[in-house]
This record gives sequence, C-alpha cells and structure tokens, in this order.
Amino acid sequence: MRYIPTTSEERQHMLDFLGVDSVEELFDAVPDRIRTEKPLPLPDALAEAQLMRHMKELSESNVSCEHLVSFLGAGSYDHLIPAVVNHITSRGEFLTAYTPYQAEISQGVLQVIFEFQTLIAELTGMDAANASMYDGATSLAEACLMACNVARRSKVLLPETLHPEWVDVVKLYMENQDISVQMIPWNRETGTMDVAALHEDAAGDAACLVIPYPNFFGVIEDVAKLSRWIHDAGGLLVTAADPVSLGLLEAPGAFGADIVVGEGQPFGNTMNFGGPGFGFFACSGSKLIRRMPGRIVGETVDTEGRRGYVLTLQTREQHIRREKATSNICSNQALNALAGAVHLSVIGPQGLKDVAYQCLQKTAYLKSQLRDIGIQAAFSGPTFREFVVQADANWDEVNKRLLDHGFLGGLPLGERFPELQHCVLLSVTEARTKDEIDRFVHALGGLC
Amino acid sequence: MQTKKPVPLIFELSSPGRRGYRYPELDVPETPMEELLPKEHLRREVPKLPEVSEIEVVRHYTGLSRLNHGVDVGFYPLGSCTMKYNPKVNEDIARLPGFSLLHPYQPEETVQGALKLMYKLQSYLTEIAGLSATTLQPAAGAHGELTGLMLMRAYHRERGEDTQRKEMLVPDSAHGTNPASAMMVNYKVREVPSDARGGVDVEALRGMVGPQTAGIMLTNPNTLGLFDENICEVAKIIHDAGGLLYYDGANANAIMGYVRPGDMGFDIVHFNLHKTFSTPHGGGGPGSGPIAVSQRLQDYLPGPLVSKRDGEYVWEYPTKSIGRVRSFFGNFGVLVRAYAYIRSHGPQGLMDVSDTAVLHANYLMRKLQDDFDLPYDRHCMHEFVLSGKRQKNQGVRTLDIAKRLLDYGVHSPTVYFPLIVEEALMVEPTETETLATLDAFVEAMKQIAIEAAEEPETVRQAPYNTPVRRLDDALAARKPVLRWTPRS
Ligand SMILES: Cc1ncc(COP(=O)(O)O)c(C=O)c1O
Repeated sequence: MRYIPTTSEERQHMLDFLGVDSVEELFDAVPDRIRTEKPLPLPDALAEAQLMRHMKELSESNVSCEHLVSFLGAGSYDHLIPAVVNHITSRGEFLTAYTPYQAEISQGVLQVIFEFQTLIAELTGMDAANASMYDGATSLAEACLMACNVARRSKVLLPETLHPEWVDVVKLYMENQDISVQMIPWNRETGTMDVAALHEDAAGDAACLVIPYPNFFGVIEDVAKLSRWIHDAGGLLVTAADPVSLGLLEAPGAFGADIVVGEGQPFGNTMNFGGPGFGFFACSGSKLIRRMPGRIVGETVDTEGRRGYVLTLQTREQHIRREKATSNICSNQALNALAGAVHLSVIGPQGLKDVAYQCLQKTAYLKSQLRDIGIQAAFSGPTFREFVVQADANWDEVNKRLLDHGFLGGLPLGERFPELQHCVLLSVTEARTKDEIDRFVHALGGLC
Repeated sequence: MQTKKPVPLIFELSSPGRRGYRYPELDVPETPMEELLPKEHLRREVPKLPEVSEIEVVRHYTGLSRLNHGVDVGFYPLGSCTMKYNPKVNEDIARLPGFSLLHPYQPEETVQGALKLMYKLQSYLTEIAGLSATTLQPAAGAHGELTGLMLMRAYHRERGEDTQRKEMLVPDSAHGTNPASAMMVNYKVREVPSDARGGVDVEALRGMVGPQTAGIMLTNPNTLGLFDENICEVAKIIHDAGGLLYYDGANANAIMGYVRPGDMGFDIVHFNLHKTFSTPHGGGGPGSGPIAVSQRLQDYLPGPLVSKRDGEYVWEYPTKSIGRVRSFFGNFGVLVRAYAYIRSHGPQGLMDVSDTAVLHANYLMRKLQDDFDLPYDRHCMHEFVLSGKRQKNQGVRTLDIAKRLLDYGVHSPTVYFPLIVEEALMVEPTETETLATLDAFVEAMKQIAIEAAEEPETVRQAPYNTPVRRLDDALAARKPVLRWTPRS
C-alpha cells in the first residue's frame, strides 16, 4: 500500500521473529463471532493521480468565493490573508507535530503558543489567554461554565442578539450541567439588547452576562452600561468579541470584561465551509486564570538557565484531574491559532487598524449606497462590518438571482427572527472593492 | 538535525513603523468617524502587536519550526495518538479553492460537491463503525465524547430515566477525557477495575451496574493496547442494566476491516480523524471527532446532517436533534483530508493499515520485553505498554527514559499513561514506519536500559542534544509567566 513501507520480506521477517504464521494470529483476542467477514463496503483504492482528479471534480462542483463576490458573513468571513501564512503553516515541523508534551523538542510550537497567548491578551486587553479552543461558540460555552464555577451560581444571561448558533451551543452545554439560561430580549429600534428589560432582579443570581461585540446584527452594544449593571449584581462579564473589530473598538478589558472569547477565523484562516478556524479564550486575574480550560504555555528556564517554554498549570486539565478537570478539551486548534499568530504578526498594529477601518468604511459605504436606492438599514445603532437591511423582498429569491450575477448575497433572518421577515444580514470586509460594492448595489437595485 | 540557536520572541524584533504587509488603499469615499462610531466605543490603547517585516516573520517562524519535532522530522511513537505519516497530497487537496473558499451559509445548490463529500464520509464512517448514522460536527475526540454523552442523556430522558441514570462507568485504564467528558454532562463517574489480563473486570462490573447506570465508556483495544476478549459479555451486562456503550475510537487504527465497534455491542463511536485517518495533528489540532450511533440514537444526533433527496444533497435536522455542539458543520478542512485518505486506501488498504500497525507493535514489544517490564504478556494490538519499574529501582524514572530518547532524534512514547501501569511507557509505532526505523528505536531503548543500569546519572540528566536542556516545569507553574510583557 502507498503509505506502508513494509516489504513482504520484512513482514515475513517480523512474523518469523514473533513465531506466528500470519498477522491474523495476533488478533486472537477478537471473538470469532464478531469478526468482520466481508470487506468493508467502501470504494476501491485510488492512485494519487486518480484521487487528485476525483477531488478536483468534487471541489469544482462547488461554486466557491474564488469566483463569487461575497457579502455573506454571520460568523465566517472572507478577509484577505497574507500569502506568508500558508507557507508557514505548511511546514511539516508544525503541521505534523502534536501537543508539545516533550517540551525540549517542541520549543517551536510552545513558543508559537506563548506568542499567540500574548497576541490574544493584547488584542482583548486581558491578562492571559489559552492556546485555543475548538471555535468561538464552544469557547463561549466554556466561558459560561467557568463563570458559573467561579461565581458559584447557576444562571447565565444570554442576549438574543448573539449569533443564533452560538445560542444553541451555549444552551445545550448549560442544559447538560443543569444551568439555567435566561434570554435577554432586544430592541427592534436599535438592534441592541433591551437595557430597559434588565431589571435588578434579573441579574441577581446570574453568574454572567454575555455581550456579543459587535452583536449578530453587526451593532455595537452599550458595553459600559451593561458592564456596570452585571458587576453591580455580582456577576461576571463575558464578552464574545469579533477580533477584527478590536483594531478600532475599545478593548473588552478596558470596559471591565472578566472573560473574553471569540472566533479567530478572520485571522489567517480561510472560511473552509465553516471550519477549522479557532476559538480564543482570555481572562484576567489569577483566580480566573487558574480555572481556564485548555492548554496554557508558560515561560521557564532549562538546567543551564536558558529561557524556554512548557505546558503549564496542568493540574486544571483532564489528563491530570480527570473528572475534576475544568474542561474535557484535549486536542485544540493549534495550527489555526498559528495561522492567526502569523497573520497578526505580519500585519502589525497599523495593519490591524487598517483592516478594521476599511471594514467600517466599506460597510458604511454599502449602507449609504443602499439607502440611496431605498433599501434601509433596519437598526439605528452603530455598526462595524455587518448590518441588517430591510426591503419588501423575498430574499431567498433575490439571493438566487444575485448568484446569477456572481454575488453571494446576505443571510435572510426571517427564519430565526420572525420579527425580521424581510431582513437580511450583509457583511463587507476589506476584501471587497468599491467596484464590487457598486455592482452589487446595481444588481440589488434591479431585484428589490 | 536540530539547531540550538535560541529564537527571540517576535515582539523582541519589533521596530516602530516597520510593516510586513500592506492592505490596498481604501477606495470608497470616507465617512467621518464621528458619524460612524461614538467616541466612547473607540479603542484608546493600541494593542502591542509586533512591527516586523515579512522576511523577519518568515525567518522567525522558520527558526521556530527547526526547534520542533514532527512526523516529517522523525519517529513519533506517541502511544494513543497514532502519529502516522500525513500524506502530502491531502494537503494540496484541502487547499483547493473549491473547498477552502466556501462560506458555510452558501445555498445548497452551490456546494453540492462539499455536501456529497460529507454525505459519503458519513456513510464510510458509519460502515467502519458498523452502526447506523454519523455526524461530522464534533471538533475532536473529546468533543465527540461530550456529544455522545449528551445523546445518552437525551435517550434516557425520553424514557423518563435521566434523573435516575446518573452514573457513568469508566475503566481505571481510561483516558482522562472520558471522565472529564462525563463530568461535563453532570454524570457521576464510577471507576471500573481492570482484571489480571488488562480487560474490564467482568465480575466487578456486574456488581456495579443497576438502574443508576447511564452507560460505560470504553476503548477496545484499550489503552494498554489489548483487545478486551470479554467485550460481548460487557455489552450484555450494560444493555441488560438499561445502559448504553460508548466507544472511544482513539484506538481504531487497530481494527479497520477486522472488527466493527457496532458488532462488539457499542451504541456510540467516535473516530479521531487526526489519528486513524491521518489528518495532521498541527501541533495540537485541529482534530475532528465524528460520532457514529446505532439506530435507536440517530434521531437525537446534532444537526444538520447531509442527506440525499431526489439526487440532490441537502441539509436535514434529525427529528429529535439535541441541537448543535459547535457552529457550522464541523472541521470541514479536516473532513476533506480524511475522505481523501479513505479513498486512497479502499477497503483492502484500510485493512492493511490495521494489519501492519498491529504487526509493527507486536514486533517492537517482543524486541523490548527483555529490557523493560512487560506487565501483560499477550499479543498486543496497534500499541503496547511497558513499565519502567526495573529502571526505577536503578534510580531512573520513566520521565528520564523519555528525555534520553530525545537525544536519539526520536519523540518519546506516551509516559505515565495509562495510570494502572507503574512508570508506564506507551509505544505506538504505526504502520507507516520502516523496519529500519523500528530497529533503530529498539537499539536506542536497549542502550538506555544499559545506561540506566550502569550510569543512571547520564539518563537522569538527559537530554543533551536538544535545543534546550531539561526544562523546569515546577518553576513555570509556581510563577506563571503566560505572556510577553514589554520592558518598562
Ligand atoms: C484514548 C484517548 N481518548 C480520547 C482522546 C481525546 O481525543 P482528542 O484529543 O481528539 O480530543 C485521546 C487523545 O489523546 C485518547 O488518546
């Protein structure tokens, strides 16, 4: 077989050494009555060239964003990725390593994670970050569990302005730990959490409040007020931040977030049909840091006093603490985190500001161009790289026609938000050009 | 081989004003900031990202990569992790724009190729598991465990037994994620002892089950690398008590084409695609942990799944779906590689994989049994566990043996796991290594055994030829420095 180097002579040599006639004999512990008699019903093996042809055919029966001009966001974004990222993440020394259990021959991955933790801590304005989580949604779920453990309360406040899939994930995780979830309604005018609905008593026994930043509709919540409100009630503030927005928006640490999580895909990772990207997880204060889920890398020295890095604070983790661990996470999204770290390193602080500024300006431009043709923004609140518009149109139909023009239209919201029947969520990244936006507006003008 | 040159932190290379990447000029008319964002929302302090050029970035990460061991660098017999060769062509395939540049919310008609791939992979994994349906959503093995246990709860809940079935049985040889996952769904973990042959102690198990039993989590072959001969008996005991069986598929590399977990009696199976199906481990991830389930559980699966209607591939939610365990559909890029791996092997190829993995492991085990203690003297499957007890009496710990191996350019086996073997060394050679590599490993291990007996201090001070010498774990934990901070 292709990837098995063992020759038949070598097989025979090993069998002779073992004193058995065939490998079958080594399987003698498998009871006869459960052995698989027939070959697995799978298609026959393909040689490399055949495989490539088949995979190309499959990939080309998709219409990808190589050819489509995307105005679709909602948690997965078409951002520019510097070419250098893929070259670094393709290096076999990173690609084919595993979790750095043997630190002395894993300084590459360990230092990458240490730098990644620093980048995330800087970006979010927090003390420390872990080595990554599966994605933004699970990172948020873990943050809520951690908040409940630390606050010794068992209620979580989730706004309806959070990504609906993240709501689903958090609810499922909480339900399985018998933690209650209270949904916070939103204001149809502003597109933000309904602050008026936030009574004292609602927060009274809540472990945490989650603020999506910006929220699912692209709108920026009144973070200062919400932060005060939850802290006054003795709960923790968990911020689910869009990392790109943090090039412009105030760092969550600066308005008092206790835990900051998010989806890091926009940095270094293509959309990949929704994964893999990476979740990030940051917090402040040693009480919280010592309860973080996942891998954490720390600095130390070797026996000759040289600086080096190791996995640390492992007494939180499943392989040591088993059912008393802070989480069950083992494998994470290290390579995607590396991609994020390379991306952030090569663009630097100015690049981060540029990309955020361009998202903001291009989104504003599309918004104003649409207003000019009578398609109005649905909410009055300030937005970052996404916004909701409403028009008396069947958006599924409109999107079909847009495809004919080479555009990937926005996400219709009616299914998940009945009150937003004629609304669609549009996203504009720095990757869109003025020409593309103008043509999109023109196409929409003919359809709505 | 490995360089010893220390690599500064990327932040230490930073020079104000230096840039490594430029975005195109903004080409839309600018709106004044105050019209777009109220001042109080603006960031006051610029995050201290490094200011470096592209060549510095490339040299920095290239330098770091050279401090790192990987399967592409050398032998990596890390037990339980299946560090086999990761085919290069699968990397090219995963990067095809028709896969990598798909948005998860694209209309179904624009992603028929991706859906077809997922549909086929669902069915291949279902067949390999010998079960009824598969979700590709979980992001890793542990995530699959969590999902599987949520399904168990949903199943018992519908029978009105969730409040009573609160105990999850986990063998004392189990991986840490098993009890940790049980904790994540509020199950109480009860540890099942192993018997003298390394399997589940069937008599003890009989005394532990009852109306409080939600299920059991097992891997077979287990973490000792041994196939549990009593598996059918174990399945019967659990099912008779009204519980379900969860299969931790971390060790599936031993069984493909030989025996299916479904036929052993399991109700839920996860596969670690990053192990058995050769998707690269990436320095810790991304993984992927699809789970296959029996018929009675398939309606509870997280959604959406891919199904086929009138020749078209479509998203569909199972009727009693528990919801979703992550956003979107799974680590699709990993699924593409695993699909390609299965297609390049076919049924016979996968069987050859397991066959050779088992042969290699038995060969190594028998080569090393005189120099190290072998706690269970029977055929192993794709991996085996040695004990460094003898060396411990000579003053050399398993940790020291592991560190000394690094000097030979080899990653050490998994150490101190499973917990039931004193000074454990868990060796998994995989099918993709040459006999010459296996023999070189044997030689290295024998050398170390001799050293342990004759000059233990040499082993205790190892490693010597690595980029850094032995690192101080205790210091790192006592005074955590978890990030770079600028010197003031
Ligand atoms: C036996 C066993 N079970 C479960 C896991 C967890 O899998 P993952 O790391 O993919 O979450 C591992 C991985 O190391 C394992 O070896």
